Amino acid sequence: MIVVDHLTKKYGELEAVRGLSFTVDKGKIWGLLGPNGSGKTTTMRILTGYLAATEGRASVGSFDVFERPNEVKKIIGYLPENVPLYPEMTVSGFLRFVAEIKQIPRSKRREAVARTLEAAGLEAVRHRLLRNISRGFKQRVGIAQALIHDPQVLILDEPTIGLDPAQIVEIRQLIKSLRRERTIMLSTHILQEVSQTCDGVAIISEGRLIVSSSLTELASSFADLEGVVLKVRRGGREAAALIRKVSGVDKVEQEGTELRVEWAKSCDPREEILSIISQKEMGLLEMRPTTPSMEDIYLKAISGGTVQ
Amino acid sequence: MKNLWSIAKRELQGYFVSPIAYIVGAIFLLFSGLFFYLGVLQYEYYSNYSQQMMSYGGSGQMPNVNQVVFTFYFFWLQLILILIIPLLTMKLFAEEKRTGTEELLLTSPLSVGQIVGGKFLASLLFFLVLLLLSGLSVLFSFLYGNPELLPILSGYLGLLLVGAAFVSLGLLFSALTENQIISAVLTFGTLLILQFLYYVFLFTSGFLKNLLGSLSFTSHFVNLIQGNLDTADLVYFLSFTFFALFLTHSAIQSRRWR
Repeated sequence: MIVVDHLTKKYGELEAVRGLSFTVDKGKIWGLLGPNGSGKTTTMRILTGYLAATEGRASVGSFDVFERPNEVKKIIGYLPENVPLYPEMTVSGFLRFVAEIKQIPRSKRREAVARTLEAAGLEAVRHRLLRNISRGFKQRVGIAQALIHDPQVLILDEPTIGLDPAQIVEIRQLIKSLRRERTIMLSTHILQEVSQTCDGVAIISEGRLIVSSSLTELASSFADLEGVVLKVRRGGREAAALIRKVSGVDKVEQEGTELRVEWAKSCDPREEILSIISQKEMGLLEMRPTTPSMEDIYLKAISGGTVQ
Repeated sequence: MKNLWSIAKRELQGYFVSPIAYIVGAIFLLFSGLFFYLGVLQYEYYSNYSQQMMSYGGSGQMPNVNQVVFTFYFFWLQLILILIIPLLTMKLFAEEKRTGTEELLLTSPLSVGQIVGGKFLASLLFFLVLLLLSGLSVLFSFLYGNPELLPILSGYLGLLLVGAAFVSLGLLFSALTENQIISAVLTFGTLLILQFLYYVFLFTSGFLKNLLGSLSFTSHFVNLIQGNLDTADLVYFLSFTFFALFLTHSAIQSRRWR
């Protein structure tokens, strides 16, 4: 649905995006993850036709962004980083204006505005001026204006920036509820956002692609070790000593009655570990698998250069 | 055309919810009334003078209403436009750029021409409304006297054309900056310089006079308010306006290629 092919953007001497390539399949939510100033906004601005690329190609749907910008603009809904609002307009007045410039036929505008107000949870503030509503509502209006023409593709630049934790949760749920048939691309520098809302992620740093893949693939490709966290009622130290002797076990960290055990992917010593604990009557309280966190993957990706 | 009107409509609404429109309107109408009143006073003075001359047996001639009242009125009204048009155009693009709403417009399926055209139309329509309101004084002059209609219409055409040219210049400066004040000051300064060309024109001769006469909008405007409808003057104003709009279009278009 979204194809970015060797995209380069220079602002004078500064190269904001350098030979970036990735694709997002139809119906997926893809995160564009990278530190501040890594070229996320520039990439999105090129995709939406706001900026022209210096080199490379990009297409959305079946339309080339540079050759058919107007077709692309019709199927994209875009939330820029600074939510574009006219402070002197009311919420519904603003949405009516957006409906007009997004070429929604007159007969369908009223319905489109009503549907969007409901989808974004804005009915309570529909008659209020945009200058008077809270940051969270402004963000919702931003998402609403991106949705109004029922686009196939949504591009959201930092949709949760500057919101309080409760609002962040709400906006994330809103984004998830929007997916259905849509392809969504959102940029963020917050790791949890990717692990909680996205199917896949493109990690970029200094304008270059580090990795782009689905989250499950990413987790498995980065984890060459598997492991569990164990909690026993008594005898933590003894348990650690015994488990260290089990064949295949790579590493055991013990802290009081909590043990962190890791082993190479090829073997699975879980049964043996359990039988030791039950024989010694240490009282197993908890056993859960450790999966690599987004932090682990991200830090590894950024430091390890390109992986694929 | 529909898209162009969407943009224009939003701008017009924007004018009426901000105090600037009312301030600009009030200033314009206040001065319009004042200049008309001064024109009438002037007429009264001249006609008393000629009556006195005649009563002494001289060959006094009654002054012409069109010349004494209207040419005077229109000329001064144009000076006020130099002050108020920059206030109408300063925010058109500058504010969109500052608040980021320009990103919404430029990522919507609109052409740059429609955006520029819509904003131009909004300012021009607002100005037209002011012009119509000021026309009240003209109605009174038909009630109490009998001026010639055609020179007055020609004068209004002149004001409309001058207004369109000023608006297009203001739009251009608004597209070049993201600060409303800078945009207004640049427009005001440029209009003032163009106005001064006219005074230099009055006091020069030969080639320089011809050149300044062609360049200065005031000399073309003066032709129109004197009732001399000439294609050259129309062409001057229309090409001035289109050129400024074209430059505005290029300025907005070029943002994509930063």
